[in-house]
This record gives sequence, structure tokens and C-alpha cells, in this order.
Amino acid sequence: MSRIFPIIIKEFIHISRDFRTLIVVIVLPVVMLFLYGFAINMEIQNINMLVLDHSNSPESSSLIRKFSGSDFYTVLPFDGTEAEIETIFANREADMALILAGDFAAEHARSPETTVQILIDASDPNAAQAIRNYTNTVIQFYNMAHGAKPSFEITPTVWYNPSLKSAYFFVPGLAALILIMISALLTSVAIVREKETGTMEQILVSPVRPVEIIIGKVVPYIILAFLDLIIILNIAYFVFDVPFVGSLGLLIFCSLLFIFTSLSLGLFISTKARAQQVAMMMALVATLLPTVMLSGFMFPLSSLPAPLRVLSHLVPARYYLVIIRGIMLKGNHFLQLLPQVLALAGMAIVLMVVSARKFKTNLEG
Amino acid sequence: MKFAPSNQPYDTGNFAVFTKNLEKQFGSFTAVKHVNLAVEQGEIFGFLGANGAGKTTAIRMLCGLLLPTSGSGTVAGFDVWRESEKIKQNIGYMSQKFSLYNDLTLAENVEFYGGVYGLNRKTIKEKRHELLDSLGLTASAGRLTRDMPLGYKQRLALGCALLHNPKIIFLDEPTAGVDPEARRNFWELIHELADKGKTVFVTTHYMDEAEYCNRVSIMYQGEIVALGSPQSLRHEYKKASMADVFIKLVDK
Repeated sequence: MSRIFPIIIKEFIHISRDFRTLIVVIVLPVVMLFLYGFAINMEIQNINMLVLDHSNSPESSSLIRKFSGSDFYTVLPFDGTEAEIETIFANREADMALILAGDFAAEHARSPETTVQILIDASDPNAAQAIRNYTNTVIQFYNMAHGAKPSFEITPTVWYNPSLKSAYFFVPGLAALILIMISALLTSVAIVREKETGTMEQILVSPVRPVEIIIGKVVPYIILAFLDLIIILNIAYFVFDVPFVGSLGLLIFCSLLFIFTSLSLGLFISTKARAQQVAMMMALVATLLPTVMLSGFMFPLSSLPAPLRVLSHLVPARYYLVIIRGIMLKGNHFLQLLPQVLALAGMAIVLMVVSARKFKTNLEG
Repeated sequence: MKFAPSNQPYDTGNFAVFTKNLEKQFGSFTAVKHVNLAVEQGEIFGFLGANGAGKTTAIRMLCGLLLPTSGSGTVAGFDVWRESEKIKQNIGYMSQKFSLYNDLTLAENVEFYGGVYGLNRKTIKEKRHELLDSLGLTASAGRLTRDMPLGYKQRLALGCALLHNPKIIFLDEPTAGVDPEARRNFWELIHELADKGKTVFVTTHYMDEAEYCNRVSIMYQGEIVALGSPQSLRHEYKKASMADVFIKLVDK
């Protein structure tokens, strides 16, 4: 066993001297989390609203004040024609238009359930949907303040993420993505680099056994991936206020299992690839795309077409997402996550056994 | 997998390397055919042939990196089929790539290979001083290997392959890409090793280097087509140089 240590030490020297690896390990998770957290804000603010007030009455001004008084709208008074609105939308100078007819005040006096016209730029459907919901709400409040009775109301209660914060959704997904990318990518490249330079052959003619080489090469990356896990959890908890309901110990155990599965994938790739570039491409294809698209991170698994849904069973992140969401948001305990834990362990074992066998013979030819 | 009749006793004598009908196939391609060798201890044995003649495959089988398809063999008295671990402890190996880590310092490379061969810290430290001193590189111990000239890398790689004091040294194209003067110096080093009783098994495609060997074998398309001392081969084929001997053999 003592022969493993020189390999581990050497691997850490490589990492410490390779600027790119350090950037990937330390900067990537931080940048990704902050990018998703702050720059890519999924909640809509700053809606630019054109207002065509043909009514010009105290009633219409009162409705407009409801909008201008909210944080979400910037009211832009407008007295052009409706045809000009299209040009303004095309130039992205406004997101929506509110058109109040000339008989707005009279209609309102007759019945509090007044109709107004809304035009929304729906070139971004998600944003348009959100704008529609906000605007409806504002108008409903106005109507109710003027005596309209709501027919009946649906009050959804959202569990585990009551205010539908996007941080709750992207933090587990990013944790999965970062861990699998670091583990699979770095391991496969580190091993294939030694095949390229011939040093792998040099180690293999020494009495070190292949399994010792594998352990020595893999342990440093387990430590690095674990470091990333700690960075991610701290940022999630302290910066984005993601709650932590479940057991930290259980999450760490399951995360180590996921890291191990990812490393096995990296090891498997290293037995197939002969050049670092190839290993890098294979690792990216095997981790990035499936983890984003087929794990339930971006799109719910239920909305995938049937063949892709079947394929998603081979994506380790699919299981890890259930685990990390379950522990952080719901406080799941171990038995509730057993199927996912077994799936990850099974994948790791299969990949390890196949890779270890290939590893011995892959110097042929 | 066909198993060789290695349970049959055969006379390996005291040969450093002994093979009988050693063969390796990759799919339908036979890379090494019926190789029979008997290399004496302390001998400098040249393994000559063009690129792709099967030299590297043969050397890998002898070093325990590849299992043969059939045939039998011993290296340092250990069976190539069953005792590759013991073989590995008793041989040194250096490939044409001078497999050092470019992003490690000279000292770190020596320490790593010492560790891989299971030497203790004290021995590694002594060997490191000794090796760097003998190469005149003590002052450069902390420099990155990538900054060193090729000739130094080659000699350091050889030093690393000898840290565990092996009886037999396999050198696979050790002089490829090195300038003529460094090549000659390197052969002097090989002779010093042989003088210390080590067996040197060296492959090369430089035919002039054959003259430095006690005996050579010439490999062509996976087979050994000639074996003997350089003088006897030149005499047998009535040629002035080994290069001419080689051309004559290959043209046949």
C-alpha cells in the first residue's frame, strides 16, 4: 500500500502546478453559482409598460397609479397610434402596452368588472407569461378595491419551496453538474495524459499493481471534488439562503458516492481514449449534456419524450438530484433514498470493474 | 487464450533472458513470431530492426507489460506467464520517451520513481544525491524537468530506471532523437553498466549502434532473421558494416 502514496503526492504536485486545473476546481463552481444566482435571474423585474390612456379620467389615472406604484412596472405614457406600438416592441423599448378605451370611466361606473386591453411582447414566452400574471393581479386588486367580488379563488400552497425561489432549484442541479464534471473530466484527462507521455508505461513496468495506480490517481480528485462540495454548500446556505432541513452526514455520504460514480465514469473514459483532447471531449459529452438535459435539472423528467426518459436512467445526476433535493429541502432520511443510493452504487461498481479489467490490457498495440 | 506449456521443464540455464517460440498476435496480425533467445548475464544484447518489426512488442512481453499469445520465456529466471510481479522487481526499463514528468523537478522525479519501487525514504534520499551528483545536476535539482536538454533527460531517465538496482535493463530505442555525441556518451554509460555485471537488452534501429553490442539479433516482420556477434554477422554475410548486413537480410 505504501506505493500508493508516491502516486498521490505526485498527482497533487501536478495539480498545484497546473493553473488550468486549479481554475476549473476553485473558480468554476463559484462563478457558476453566482452566475445562476445573480445574473440569470428568472424572476421578472423592470417591466416597461406603454400606457395609451384614451379615457383620461380620474378612474383611468387611478388604475395607472396602481402600476406605477409597484416595483415591477415602469410606466411610459404614450399617445401614438396602436400601429406604432409594434415598432416600439420591435425595438425592444417596451415589454407590454396597456390600452384604456375612451369609455373606460363610463364602463367602470356601470360595472366594476371593467375590461382593458393588454398587448405583450411574447418573443420570450416565459417572460410574457410572468408579465401576464403580474398584470392580471394588479387589475384584479384594482377591481376588488372598487367593489368587484372575486368569483372564487384558487390559493395554491407550495411545499418545500413556498416562495418558488430559483436558488432552491439551481443549487442542487449545479452541485450535481460541478461534481460530475470535475470528477470525470479531471480523472480521465490525468490518466490519458500519462498514457500520452509514456509515464503510465513506466509505472506499469514497476512492481506497483494496476489497482494501486488507479487508487493513487483517483484519491486526489476525490479530495478536490469534496472541496467543491463544501464550497457549493456554503455558498448555497450563506449567500442564497437555501434551507438545509436534512442530515449533513447523509448528504456527505451520498455525495461521496456520487463523486465515486463520476470518477468511475472518468476511469472508464480513460480506458477508451488515447489522447487528452479525446478524453476531454468524451467526458464533456458524457457529463455536461446529460446532466443538464436528462437529469431533471432543467426539464422535469416527466416532460421528456419516452426514449429520452428511458435513457435518463443511465444518467447518474438523475439519482443524485433526487438525493440532494430530498435531503436539503425535504429532510429525507436514508431509507427514503435507498433506491437512488443503490442505483449510483450499482453504476459505480459496473464502471469500476469494466475499467479495471480494461486498464491492464489497454497498453496493447 | 492458449496457454503455453510452461509446466514442462525446460533448461533456462543461467540466462538473463530466455525465450522459446515466444509469439504475440493482435487479432489476425502476428506481431512477434517464434522468437527464441538466450541472453547471457552481463551481456549487451542488441535487438535490431526497422520500426514496426515487432521489437517493442517483444520487449513488452519480456517486461511483463503484455502476456504472450503462446510460447514460453523467463526473465531473470522468472516465468513471463506467471511471475510478472517478480520480473518487474528485477528489471529496469526505459523507453524512447524518457518517461519523466515534465512538470516535476528533477529531484521530484527521482523521489517518485524511488517511491514507486518501494524504496524507503532514507534510501531514496541517498540515491537522489548520488544520481544527481553523478550527472552533475545537483545545482539543478529544483529545476523543472521540461527545462532540461534532451541528453540530460535521457540520462536521468536511465538513472531513475536503475534506482532499485535491477539485474537486467531493458532499453527501448534509448537513443532515438538524441544527437550523435549524446548517443556515443550514452553507449559508454551502457558499457559501464555491463562492466558492473548488469545485463543490457537494448533495441535500436540505428545499425551503427550494433557495433557496441556483444551480440545482436535482427528482427524483420516479427521474426528473428539473424543472431550473432556483429563481427560474425559481417563475416557471414560478407559485408563491411551492419547496415549492409541488414539491407541484405531485408532484401532477401
